[in-house]
Amino acid sequence: MAFSGSGRLGRTMEAFAIPIGALLGSMVLFGLFVAVLGKNPLEVYALMYQGAFGSGFAWQNSLVRAAPLILTALCVAMPAQAGLMIIGGEGALVLGGLAAAVAGHFLGGMAPFMVKLAMAALAMLAGGLWIAFAGALRQYRGVNETISSLLLTYIAIALFNHFVEGLLRDPGSLNKPATYPIGDANMLGTFFGLDVHWGLGFGIVFCIAMYVLVKHTTLGFSLRIVGGNARAAKLAGLPVSKLVLAACFLGGSAAGLAGMAEVAAVHGAANASLIAGYGYTGILVAFIARQNPIAILPVAVLLGGISASGGMLQRRLDMPDATVLVLQGMAFMLVLAAETLYGRFRLFQPKAA
Amino acid sequence: MSSNFNRRDLLKALGAAGLAGTAPWLASRAFAADKLVVGVIYVGPRDDYGYNQAQAQAAAAIKKMPGVTVIEQEKVPETLEVQKTMASMIEQDGAALIFATSFGYFDPHMIKMAEKYPKVRFAHCGGMWTEGKHPKNAGSYFGYIDECQYLNGVIAGHVSKSKKLGFIAAKPIPQVLRNLNAYTLGAQSVDPKITTQLIVTGDWSLPVKEAEATNSLVDQGVDVITCHVDSPKVIVETCERRGIYVCGYHADQSALAPKGYLTGAEWNWMTVYSMHIKDAMSGAPFKNFVRGGLKEGFVKMSAYGKAVPDAAKKKADGIKAKMMTGDYVIFKGPLKDNTGKVVIPAGTSLKQTDPVLEGMNYLVEGVSGKV
Repeated sequence: MAFSGSGRLGRTMEAFAIPIGALLGSMVLFGLFVAVLGKNPLEVYALMYQGAFGSGFAWQNSLVRAAPLILTALCVAMPAQAGLMIIGGEGALVLGGLAAAVAGHFLGGMAPFMVKLAMAALAMLAGGLWIAFAGALRQYRGVNETISSLLLTYIAIALFNHFVEGLLRDPGSLNKPATYPIGDANMLGTFFGLDVHWGLGFGIVFCIAMYVLVKHTTLGFSLRIVGGNARAAKLAGLPVSKLVLAACFLGGSAAGLAGMAEVAAVHGAANASLIAGYGYTGILVAFIARQNPIAILPVAVLLGGISASGGMLQRRLDMPDATVLVLQGMAFMLVLAAETLYGRFRLFQPKAA
Repeated sequence: MSSNFNRRDLLKALGAAGLAGTAPWLASRAFAADKLVVGVIYVGPRDDYGYNQAQAQAAAAIKKMPGVTVIEQEKVPETLEVQKTMASMIEQDGAALIFATSFGYFDPHMIKMAEKYPKVRFAHCGGMWTEGKHPKNAGSYFGYIDECQYLNGVIAGHVSKSKKLGFIAAKPIPQVLRNLNAYTLGAQSVDPKITTQLIVTGDWSLPVKEAEATNSLVDQGVDVITCHVDSPKVIVETCERRGIYVCGYHADQSALAPKGYLTGAEWNWMTVYSMHIKDAMSGAPFKNFVRGGLKEGFVKMSAYGKAVPDAAKKKADGIKAKMMTGDYVIFKGPLKDNTGKVVIPAGTSLKQTDPVLEGMNYLVEGVSGKV
C-alpha cells in the first residue's frame, strides 16, 4: 500500500488505474474476439501498434485524427462540469464550420491573419451559442439537455445543408455542393513542421486553458459546485443559470472551432464532408477521460490511433472496417462499467484518521 | 509426449508462435517489391449492393491478374482520413496506383496527395480532371451510365400500365439529373405521355427515407421505379414487397427482387481498372481523363427479368446496338425542360462526350419536381 498514505495521490492513482485497467480489459476481450474470427491476436495487436504508433508517419496519422476529437470532447466535458450531459457537439461543429466559411469568403480581402482570427471567432460564437441554446432550454424551459442537444444536431445539419446547397453554394461546385472557397492564403498551415494541421494546436491550448479554468479558478470551482448540487449552489448564492450557460458556451465554442479547423485546414470550404461524426466520437473520448479536460488529450490520441490502425487491419488482414469499432464499443462499455468500481478498492482508499 | 508437456512448455510454444506470426509484419513494407500494389478506397461498405460493390467487384477481378497485389479500405469518409489512407497505402504498403472511388475524394484530398507523391498514380471516379490545373499523375474516370438508364426507361415504358414512373434521387446534382432525364426520355420514346415522379432524399445513403419514398411513389400509382442512391437495396426490396417493377442501378440487384426486377444499369469498372494497371506495369503514360459508355465496356445492362415482354427486349436491344456503335444520341433538340423552356434547340445534338452534359441542371418535360 505504497501510496495509500496520501488521500490525494491515492485518488489520482485510482483515476489512472481504473480506466487503464478497463482499456486493457477491452484489449483482451478484443483479442478473444479476433481469435474467434480465426486471426492471430498477437499479429492483430502488432499491426495495430504499427498502424497507430509504430513510426513517425503512424504517430502523425493518429495525431491528425485526434485533432477534431479533442475539441468535440470538450463540448461534452465542459457542460459536464456544471452537471449537464450535452451530446450535440456535431451540430456545433457543422455550424462553426459554416460560420468560418462565411467569414472566410466575405472577409477574403483582408490580411490573412485577420481573416483567420475572424473565422475562428465567428465559428466559436456560432458553436457556443448553439450549445448555450440547449443549456438555456434546460435552465429556463425544463427541456432535457441530452435530448435537446441531440435533436438540435439534426436541425443544425439540416440548416447547414440548406445553406450549402442553396444560398451560399458556389455554382462551380457541381456534383458536390460547397460554399465559395476561402482562398489558399487564408488556409491554416501545419503544426510545427509535422504533417498535422493547426486544429491539434487549438485542441491542446483549449484543453490546458479549460483544465486551468476548471481546477484552479473560482469560476471553475463554482461550476463544479453547480455540477455537484445545483440547489446547494443556488442557496450559496451562485448564479447557477449563468454558470450553466457559460459552461455550455465554452463547450460549444470548442466544437465550433473544430469546424473552423476542418474548413480552414482541410477542406477550404464548407461542404457535407464536415458531417463526419467527430461530434459523436467526442462523446466517447470525454467519457473515457472522465470529463477531465487534460485527460482528453491522451484519450483522443489513443482513439485517433485506434482509428488509424483500423486501416492497417483492413489492408493487411482483409478484416472489415467494423473491427476497430468493436474494440471502441468494448472500451466504452468497460469504462462505463468500471465507473462503479471507484471507491471499492481498499488499495486506493485514504487511511482512516 | 503429452504427459511431460507442462504449462511452461505450452507458454513457450505459444510465445514462439506469437512471435513467429508477428515478425514478418514488422517489416515496413509488407508486400513483395516486384508486385504492383494497387490500393482501392471506398466511401461505404463493399457489400452495399450498389456503388461501392460495383467498384469492389472490379477490385476482386484484378486480384486475379498476375503480378498485382490489391489492398482495400472501406468506409473511408471524405475528410482528412482519405488523405491519410492514401498516404498509409503508399508509405506502409508500397502502393503505386490508387483508385479513389468516391466523388468527394478528389478535391482537395487526392490532388494534395498527388502533389506530395508524384510517382504514384491516382485514379478518381467521377471527377473532372483538367489539363494544366491538376497534377499529371492524377486523373478521373467515369462512365456514361445514362445510356443504361435510357434503356431502363425503354423497358419501363413498355411494362408500365399507369404510365407513371418513379425516380428516387440522393441529391439534385448533374450526374443524377442526367440519369433521371435519360430514364424519362427512354420511356417517352415508347409513349410520349409517360411522366416521371422525382423524389430527392437529400443524401447518398438514407435507407429509411428511401423506403418511405418508395412507398409514397407506389401509393401515388407509380408502377416502375429506379433510383440514383449509393445502395438501391432497400428500394429494390420495397418495390418487390409492394408488387411493382424496379430497374436496378450501380450493380446487379436481381437477387433482391426475383419477380419485379426488370433490368438494371450497372458499372463495369474492370475495364478501367485493368487499363490503368497495364499502363502502370508497362510504364506507359497515365491516362488522365477517361470516359466511356456501353461501347467502351464501362457500363453494362443487367440480364432481363422474367417480366420483360419480347417487344420491349427487341426495342431496347435495337437501341443498345446503335449505342454500341456510338451512333445513338440521347440528348438532342428540340428538348424542353419541365417549365417549358427550350434547353436544347432544334437541330442540336449533344454527343455523350460533350462536356455540357456534365453540368446538366434541368428536368426534362414530363418529370414532376423541381431543382
